[in-house]
Amino acid sequence: MGQTLAEKIIARAAGREHVRPGEIVTCSVDLAMMHDSGGPRRIKPVLEKLGAKVWDADKVVVITDHFVPAVDVQSAEILNLTREWVVAQGIENFYDMQGICHVVLPERGHLLPGMFVVGGDSHSPTGGAFGCFMFGVGATDMAGIVATGETWIKVPETISIDWSGKMPRGTCAKDIMLKLCASLGMDGGDYQVIQYSGNVISSFDMAERMTLCNMAAELGAQTGIVAADNTTLDFIENTIGARPEAQNWHGDADASYRKTLRFDAGALIPQVAAPHSPANAAGVDEQASAKITQAYIGACTGAKLNDLQMAAEVLAGRQIARDIRLLIAPASVRELAQATKDGTLGILLAAGATLLPSGCGACAGYGAGVLGEGDVCIASTARNFQGRMGSKSARVYLGSPYTVAASAIAGEICDPRPFLDGGVL
Amino acid sequence: MNDQTGRAWVFGDNVDTDQLAPGIYIKRPIAELARHCLEGLAPDFASSVSPGDCVVAGKNFGAGSSREQAAEALRHLGVKAIIAQSFGGIFYRNAINFGLLPLICADASSIGNGDILRIDASSGEVFNLTREQNYQAEAIPAHLLQIINAGGLLPYLETRLGVKTKND
Repeated sequence: MGQTLAEKIIARAAGREHVRPGEIVTCSVDLAMMHDSGGPRRIKPVLEKLGAKVWDADKVVVITDHFVPAVDVQSAEILNLTREWVVAQGIENFYDMQGICHVVLPERGHLLPGMFVVGGDSHSPTGGAFGCFMFGVGATDMAGIVATGETWIKVPETISIDWSGKMPRGTCAKDIMLKLCASLGMDGGDYQVIQYSGNVISSFDMAERMTLCNMAAELGAQTGIVAADNTTLDFIENTIGARPEAQNWHGDADASYRKTLRFDAGALIPQVAAPHSPANAAGVDEQASAKITQAYIGACTGAKLNDLQMAAEVLAGRQIARDIRLLIAPASVRELAQATKDGTLGILLAAGATLLPSGCGACAGYGAGVLGEGDVCIASTARNFQGRMGSKSARVYLGSPYTVAASAIAGEICDPRPFLDGGVL
Repeated sequence: MNDQTGRAWVFGDNVDTDQLAPGIYIKRPIAELARHCLEGLAPDFASSVSPGDCVVAGKNFGAGSSREQAAEALRHLGVKAIIAQSFGGIFYRNAINFGLLPLICADASSIGNGDILRIDASSGEVFNLTREQNYQAEAIPAHLLQIINAGGLLPYLETRLGVKTKND
């Protein structure tokens, strides 16, 4: 019996020829990524108690993104602790205020196909877009990993999800994921691996593949993964200046999948998830006309360069509604620089958007842009749990950057498609 | 754990980490954060839960963030075990790492709020003393039970790495 891509990576990390789903195996970790919230702040005391140091400083990446820039003394102290700790541990892969960890990590060339990677954040499946097996763990788990270089894993089954056909104008990877959240539910992934394939996935750039893998978390999957192809290898080559070997990192033809689900991209329409769950997604027409007070384009899921470009396509030459605010927190400093260079940022600002620092920000209720009592927000983020973005009484809808931008213009949730290609003004 | 009893606090499906450990309090010490644990679903939970009590839930308990304060807050409040039809994967690991007993039990929905439960951690048996029913949860694999019995991953690693002796 052949193995899936995920099984092959786990087997290699476990020093085995084969693994089978359900087995608990101990794996060597190729890379451990952590941020300022779950990272040094919580790991340092654990390592001190254990009398341990990081097992291999070159295999640890630390990125500040949750409490940046400091908004109060506590945040400042957490960030300073982080900075001091990486120096003390000799960790050179430290990115301070450069953007959100899931975007910065591949942007700086840390992910290669076939790697077994842990991240101290639930959206760590994002790395699966690069043909890695990357999953999220909590801080104590991470402390154990950086002390020993190992972790245990119950080998997951793989669920194959195929999207084929032609993506309609005005839809994107975010709509695919909201549709899957509605179809499969928040536990549909059952802590297994979701492998994305089909001609739609092959045609997607890395940013869109990252959105797919990122929101595997919202399906309750352990991770998402896309097998590496030329798009992956081109991206990596452009980043690190060398083309990685990837021929071994594909599932075998006779691999066994828990199930295979097929979707027709041609039937997709823009999706909006109603409060307070991504699984409350439906076609935009079902939520249309809901009045909003804030529109938010941010987070690892929805503020990469391509996301900003989607918003700009809708907002070009238009103004946001007078009684709402549109907040934009680009996913990384490099993405912001690109958006500045190619004119995207100028379009967004001319439309009335407010630019926020690159970081996790209001998505997790940590930074600028949180919601007050009675606020209604539509966001390009990944999850809209009650109280996540601030007040428990605030209501958060989720949509694609197209849909968030269109809703910002209308002041209420609306379909972005009429705004594209010289549509309504 | 074997001979302890505790009352059941029953919740529904998809209880998420923002409900267990709200982000706006995440910078606060655990004692303060824990006071807001599950306040959106059961405002009296944090103030009324007693040491040894159990949380009972439906599917996908602990969905969402990797923040382990979701598990730490429950432990801080004295919760010993969580009995659910299924768990969010990261939360399941975090619960073990904090010495909580996360039991996957198809019959969790048979348990009523306030029922008195006794749990055999090693076998996964749950005794509902109020309803005189027994349920069989999936047994926790032996090496994970060792972590739980040690009180969590940190004390487990302390012993394994020789930081402290068994008599400490």
